[in-house]
Amino acid sequence: MSNQPTNVVIAGLGGQGVIKASDILADVAFNSGVEVKKSELHGMSQRGGSVSSDVRFGERVFSPMVSAGKADFLVVISQDQVPVNIAALSKGGVLIEPSLIDESKLPNKKSINVALLGVLSHHLPFPVEAWTAALQRNLPEKLHEANLIAFSIGRNQ
Amino acid sequence: MAAIDAGVKLGTGYPGTPSTEILETFETLGGRAQWSPNEKVALEVGIGVAFSGARALVTMKHVGLNVAADPLFTVAYTRLDGALIVVSADDPGMASSQNEQDNRRYALAAGVPMLEPSDSQEAYEFMLRAIEISERWQVPVLLRMTTRVCHSKTIVKRGTVNIPPPHTPHFEHDFPSRVMIPAYARPAHLRLRKTLAQIAAWNDAEGLNQLVAGSSSVGIITSGIAFQYAREAAPEASILKLGVTYPLPIERMRAFAESVDLCYVIEEGDPYLVEAARTAGIAVEAKPEIYRFGELNTARVRRILNDDSSPEAKPIPGKPPALCPGCPHRSVYNALKNLNCLVPGDIGCYSLGVLPPFEAMDTLVCMGAGIGVGLGMRHSLPPEEARRVVSVIGDSTFVHSGITGLVEMVYNPPESGHVVLILDNGTTAMTGMQEHPGTGRTLAHAHTGKVVFEDLARSLGIKNVHVIDPTQDAAKFEALIQSCLNKPELSVVIARRDCLLATRSIHEYERCNEQPTD
Repeated sequence: MSNQPTNVVIAGLGGQGVIKASDILADVAFNSGVEVKKSELHGMSQRGGSVSSDVRFGERVFSPMVSAGKADFLVVISQDQVPVNIAALSKGGVLIEPSLIDESKLPNKKSINVALLGVLSHHLPFPVEAWTAALQRNLPEKLHEANLIAFSIGRNQ
Repeated sequence: MAAIDAGVKLGTGYPGTPSTEILETFETLGGRAQWSPNEKVALEVGIGVAFSGARALVTMKHVGLNVAADPLFTVAYTRLDGALIVVSADDPGMASSQNEQDNRRYALAAGVPMLEPSDSQEAYEFMLRAIEISERWQVPVLLRMTTRVCHSKTIVKRGTVNIPPPHTPHFEHDFPSRVMIPAYARPAHLRLRKTLAQIAAWNDAEGLNQLVAGSSSVGIITSGIAFQYAREAAPEASILKLGVTYPLPIERMRAFAESVDLCYVIEEGDPYLVEAARTAGIAVEAKPEIYRFGELNTARVRRILNDDSSPEAKPIPGKPPALCPGCPHRSVYNALKNLNCLVPGDIGCYSLGVLPPFEAMDTLVCMGAGIGVGLGMRHSLPPEEARRVVSVIGDSTFVHSGITGLVEMVYNPPESGHVVLILDNGTTAMTGMQEHPGTGRTLAHAHTGKVVFEDLARSLGIKNVHVIDPTQDAAKFEALIQSCLNKPELSVVIARRDCLLATRSIHEYERCNEQPTD
């Protein structure tokens, strides 16, 4: 891994699992042994407003937030939040948006956050077992099956 | 986690972003934590714990410390036998607050030592250090956090700081140290200043400062989260990061500033460190005034170091929060709007009633202000306008600081009467469904004593007390408010309907509590 940290911004609306998705990603990075920091804003977001969470990992990370225009990956869970967040993405950065996923294939539409993590996982240097383990650690057991399917749909996109 | 490792006897506080999770986590990890009706009471309980020789943790958001300021300023004069740590979680940029006050000013004003962690590891270590300082010098200590320290997660290694075990709780009479009548408070103030001078000397000699060696041309004095931004924005600079920011290690700062050609101060919010440095005759570069507003970040720190105060790009506004579909507050605001009411409001989810489509809340100042502001409006407006004033307050906010407003209403009733509408959704919804004395359940959701609002209002002698579900029959609810407005009497209407997001959990808690526990 290079000296510069990898910057990921996950965005969406309150209740869509933005924070959960960033927890899972941070868990995967943490267990791979690199330094990881994540930042999020709570408060009024629970009322359906915009939410975003930043995850940074690498050899050494200082600020827990990703500067504007510095995100290597921007994962947006709600299509209408793409214009709001696009300024986060760096030149040459990768936008991961819901239109990449055929929602009708998801066993549970709420798993779109995890499906998009599946797409993201394709670009990151962590083995699929690390993702599976993190999903299982961060989600209640009854949701495991639907989310593992969603994840592999995204990963094999 | 630090509170667990330190053997904190009791955690108290009042929920408020970004402080809420501290007590909840402490409780989850096995600590004893409880919500108080407000921050003042929380701090007073904490003071009692520390007077008894045990360790206390008291948490609140920045504006909460305004409520708790009265005990804070005087407990600073007293001598503690245990430890008293007050967490002030500040919200620069106002992600979820009504102002962006900088509570470092409180440490200075009250004479209370203050520590500022810059990430999760330091939050852990500084909590333990704060306990050590509190017990060594027998003073309360402020642990000042900010949104990005509270709501970021960074890796924490446990067991990196070891402190002595807590004392066995015991109360020793010590009138001059604990009873702040003027005769005892005068020497107590002298003692406090002497103690602060000792802590300042320790902070200069030892302290919790961190020196990052770097270029001798540019140096940065910083603290808290701003340290992380400075490290990233200026990897080559020398940095003096302060851990204890009151009382300041002034001589360390002076020596550092003299060791570099140009010394910047990078701090979020008010120019607190800059003012202290300059007062001591230390030459430092301050940030331009525009960076006093909102949070800092790496890009803004880079601009400060480049002396760039050109206008900043405005972020594209996201979707604002709104009252949930089916939220009981919606029915209330529809009625108030139909009746063309003037609505002094308060702090909670229902503050969103100010936004479209309702635009039915006229004022918001601080917790509990809706009732007092409403009374003032009733006292001064012409009769036809005064009769349209309805004070709106949530259940948790009512317990926090609305009760004294109700007493004021009974004691100094306006000629036109008044209507107080308590929006009782059975939880502290905005901060994430915390319990409060009106729910009859503790922080851990177990049954406990319950404050019944209608009984309380009646006991104060208020004649018209009504309880109604605002979602059942809109016309009936509106008619009730109208009839109260028509009377030159005092009315309290309790609009009771559980928050939609909380209702499932509430049923679950009640079900668990009803099971026999033999």
